Amino acid sequence: MTSEVNSKEVKRLDRVIIRFAGDSGDGMQLTGDRFTSETASFGNDLSTLPNFPAEIRAPAGTLPGVSSFQVHFADHDILTPGDAPNVLVAMNPAALKANIGDVPRGAEVIVNTDEFTKRAMAKVGYEASPLEDGSLDGYSVHEVPLTTLTVEALKEFGLSRKDAGRSKNMFALGLLSWMYHRPTEGTVEFLRTKFAKKPDIAEANISAFQAGWNFGETTEDFAVSYEVAPAESAFPAGTYRSISGNLALAYGLIAAGQQADLPLFLGSYPITPASDILHELSRHKNFGVRTFQAEDEIAGIGAALGAAFGGALGVTTTSGPGVALKAETVGLAVSLELPLLIVDIQRGGPSTGLPTKTEQADLLQAMFGRNGEAPVPIVAPATPSDCFTAALDAARIALTYRTPVMLLSDGYLANGSEPWRIPEVDELPDLRVQFASQPNHTTADGTEVFWPYKRDPQTLARPWAIPGTPGLEHRIGGIEKEDGSGNISYSPSNHDLMVRTRQAKVDGVEVPDIEVDDPDGKARTLVLGWGSTYGPITAAVRRVRRAGDHIAQAHLRYVNPFPANLGEVLAAYDKVVVPEMNLGQLATLVRAKYLVDAFSYNQVNGMPFKAEQLATALKEAIDNG
Amino acid sequence: MAETTAGGPAIEALSLIPKAEAKQSMKDFKTDQEVRWCPGCGDYAVLAAVQGFMPELGLAKENIVFVSGIGCSSRFPYYMNTYGMHSIHGRAPAIATGLASTRRDLSVWVVTGDGDALSIGGNHLIHALRRNVNLKILLFNNRIYGLTKGQYSPTSEVGKVTKSTPMGSLDAPFNPVSLALGAEASFVARTVDSDRKHLTETLRAAAAHPGTALIEIYQNCNIFNDNAFEVLKDREQAQEAVIRLEHGKPIRFGADEHKGVVRNAATGDLEIVEVTPENEADVLVHDAHAATPTTAFALSRLADPNTLHHTPIGILRNVQRQVYDTEMAEQLDEAVQRKGKGDLAGLLAGGDTWTVLG
Repeated sequence: MTSEVNSKEVKRLDRVIIRFAGDSGDGMQLTGDRFTSETASFGNDLSTLPNFPAEIRAPAGTLPGVSSFQVHFADHDILTPGDAPNVLVAMNPAALKANIGDVPRGAEVIVNTDEFTKRAMAKVGYEASPLEDGSLDGYSVHEVPLTTLTVEALKEFGLSRKDAGRSKNMFALGLLSWMYHRPTEGTVEFLRTKFAKKPDIAEANISAFQAGWNFGETTEDFAVSYEVAPAESAFPAGTYRSISGNLALAYGLIAAGQQADLPLFLGSYPITPASDILHELSRHKNFGVRTFQAEDEIAGIGAALGAAFGGALGVTTTSGPGVALKAETVGLAVSLELPLLIVDIQRGGPSTGLPTKTEQADLLQAMFGRNGEAPVPIVAPATPSDCFTAALDAARIALTYRTPVMLLSDGYLANGSEPWRIPEVDELPDLRVQFASQPNHTTADGTEVFWPYKRDPQTLARPWAIPGTPGLEHRIGGIEKEDGSGNISYSPSNHDLMVRTRQAKVDGVEVPDIEVDDPDGKARTLVLGWGSTYGPITAAVRRVRRAGDHIAQAHLRYVNPFPANLGEVLAAYDKVVVPEMNLGQLATLVRAKYLVDAFSYNQVNGMPFKAEQLATALKEAIDNG
Repeated sequence: MAETTAGGPAIEALSLIPKAEAKQSMKDFKTDQEVRWCPGCGDYAVLAAVQGFMPELGLAKENIVFVSGIGCSSRFPYYMNTYGMHSIHGRAPAIATGLASTRRDLSVWVVTGDGDALSIGGNHLIHALRRNVNLKILLFNNRIYGLTKGQYSPTSEVGKVTKSTPMGSLDAPFNPVSLALGAEASFVARTVDSDRKHLTETLRAAAAHPGTALIEIYQNCNIFNDNAFEVLKDREQAQEAVIRLEHGKPIRFGADEHKGVVRNAATGDLEIVEVTPENEADVLVHDAHAATPTTAFALSRLADPNTLHHTPIGILRNVQRQVYDTEMAEQLDEAVQRKGKGDLAGLLAGGDTWTVLG
C-alpha cells in the first residue's frame, strides 16, 4: 500500500457523505465499520447510519434484502450521518434502485457492473439497464466490475470464483480508502486478527483491499481523489475512539458497577436492537459482571430485580415489546423501591413493528405503561457516545433514590457511531452507596427495630438493607405497605400517602437545569427535543441560523422529572416546536404539564430526521409564528 | 421442636452460607405478623413444619431468603423471620434466580402454588429447574385457586365444577412431579401438609441438595377444595392409595405391602401387581439417584389424576449435576484468571484510538 505522491488531482473537501449499499450478504456493515474506523483514526469528525433489514439473509438481489451503511465525515464538527450521500457504492441493481432516490444529481455513483445482469435487473424491476437508459444522467457514474477485478486479484489464492468474489467488499473498501486518503494499516491489522485462524482468507481479503486501492490509483476512471482534513479544532484535547451507542451504553453500565463498587447483573432476553449490550457485557466477566440470558423478558427483569434485592446493580436491556412485558415487574420495583435500570433501545412499533429501524415512540410507555401510579425517572441519551454518560446518570438516580430508572436509547443511537473522548476514570462520578447496617427506629417500648420504609428526608429514598445483614431481616412485597414499618397496610389514608410519596420521590430527583442555546437572544421560537434527535435538530438549527433566522434550541436529557426550569424556558418563547420520531409524545407531556401550545413536528419512517427537512420545518414555524 | 447447637450440621450444599452464632429455635423464625390464612388451611401446617425445621440447618437467619409469587401460599414470607420478598404472580423463580446467582452465601427458598407455579409462572418454573439454580421450591398444590375464590387450577381434575366451570372444567391437569422431571429437575419430591414428619424429612433432603429442589406439597384448601387429598390422608384409604418411595427399598404398598411396582418386560412401563413369592424378586427397588429420570417419570404416572390412587409420595429423583450459580461464579473467576481483574481505564481506551493535542 502506498502513500507515494501520485500524479492525479487531489481536491480538498470539508465534508463527505458516503453510502455503501449491497445485498445483506455482501458485508456492507463490515465495510462501513472499517471505513469508519479508518476515518476515526484519521481524526475526522464523523457520524454513521447503518441501515439493514430485519431478515438475516433476505432473498439475494431483492429490494428488501438491501443493507446499507452511511458515513458522514468532516474537517469540522458534524451532528448527523448526513441527508444525501455524495457517493453511493452500489454492489448490485437492488442496492442502486433502493438508494439512488436519496442521492442528488452530481453525486458519484460507483456500481459493480458484474451484478448488472439482465436477470438481476429484472428482479428489481429494471426493464432496461439503468447504466444505459440515461436514468443516471447527471450522476458521475463509475462502472467498475468489482467482482471480476476481485477474482482477478485473488487468482494466486486458488479460490473458487464464488469464494474469491466474497472479498469484493474489501476491494470496494480499498477503492474508497484510496479516493479519500484513508489510513489503511488499521484495516490490514483488523483482517489479520479477524481471520487469525484462517490466514489464507485474511491474506485474500488484504489482497482484495490492496487491489481496490491500487485500482483507484491506476485507473483513469478515477481521476480525482479527495482530502478531508482532520477535524482538529472541533475536538478538545484528549484521546479519542469511535464508539457506537450500544457499546458506549455497555461500557457505561460496567463503569457504573465499578464506580458504585457493586457487582453488575444483567438479566436480558435477546431482542433487536438491544442484544449487542448483552453480548458486550457477557465478554467482561472479569469485571465481576454477571449476564443472565433469561427464558423471557419478564424473567430478565425479574432476575435483575432479585439481584438488586441482594445488593447488585441490577440491569435489564430490551426494546419496546420487551418493556411491555416487563411492565408489571417495573411496577413491583416501584413498590419495592429498589434500584434497577431498564434500558429500552427503542425501535419502530407497535407490536413487532420495524425491529431494525429507529423510533422514539416508547416515551409514554416508559412514563405511564404500568398499572397504578408508578412513576419512573427517565433518562434519554442524545448521541451515541452520550449513552456512556447516560448509563452512569441512570445508575446514579437509581442508586440514590432506590428506584427503577428507564434509559431510552434507540436504534439510531445504538448502531450509529461517532468519535468519543475517552474519559479518565477519575473524572467519573462516585456512585458508592451505603447499605443499611443498623436498626433505624425505636418502638414505643424502646426496642430498636429496622423499618424498611423509613425514608431519607432529603431524597425520600428508603434504606437498602441486603440479605446477610444481621438484625435487619424484613419482608417486602408488591402489596401496599405501611409508611415506615413496611408492614402490609390496606389503610386508605396510608395508601394515599404512599402513592403521593412515591410520586414526590421521583419528582424530587435532582436533574440539572435545561440549557438554552439562543446565541443572540433574539429568537421567538424555541425548538425542544429529547433523546436521539439532538444531532439532526442541532444541524437544522445551524442551517436556520446560517440563513439569517433566529431560533433557540433546548434539548431534554432528563424526561422525567423535567428539569426544574423547563416551564420558565418554555414560557419565554412565543412558539415551541417539538420534533419527535413519534406522533407527539413529548409534546403531549409538555402541553399537559406547562399548558404550552407546543407545536409537534413528527416523522415515523424508521429513520432519523434529515437536517434539511427539519430546517425547512423550523423555518416555516418561525415564519408562521 | 427441633433445635440445634450453633454451627449446625455440615452439609456441603450449605457450606458457603454463614452459620448462626447461637442455637436457634422455632420461635426465632416466627414474625410478629398475624397469620391471615383461613382457619383450618393446610398452609399453617407447612409453615409450622418449615419454622420447626429451620433451626436444624443452623444457618444465620439473615442469610435465608423466602421469595414468593402471588396466591394464598405466597403470603408465606411475611411469616418467616428471615429476609423475604412477596413478589408478583408467577415470577418468584425468576427473581430468586437473580438473587441466588449473585449471592451464593444465601439460602434461597421459593414458595409458590399450583396456579402461581404452573399457570402464570410455568415458564419460569421449568427454566429454573433445567438451570439447576440453588433454589428450594415449595410448591403448595391444593388443586384450586384460593385467593381468587375458587376457580379450577392447572392441577384440578377434569370435570371440576367451580365458579368458572359450572359445567365442569375441560382441561387435563398437570402432574407437577412429571412436569418437573421432564424439565430436567435434579431433585423432585412430593409430600403432604399433614404429615409433619415426612414433610420435615423432605425439607431436610431438599436443603442438602445442591441445585434446584422441587417439593410438591399436597395442601388442603378447606374452603374451596376441602378434603381433596383425603384419600392420601385417611389411614385406611391411604394404605391402598399411597405409594411411599424410599431410596433403596422395594416399592411396595397396601395392607401388609401386598402390592408392588414391577416393570412390564414387554412395554418397559411400570405396573402394579399383587406381590407373590414368584414375583417378589421383580418388585422394583426405588433408586432416587438413577442417572436418567425415566423410571421416576414412570412412577409419577402411576397416580390416577382423578382418584389419586397410586400416588407416589417421597423423593422421586435426587441427583447431582452442575449448579448454575456455582458455574456462573466459576466463569467469573476464570475470566479474572485469564484476563486479569477488570481494568476500567484499559477497557475504555481499547480499540483504535487517536489523540488530539490541545
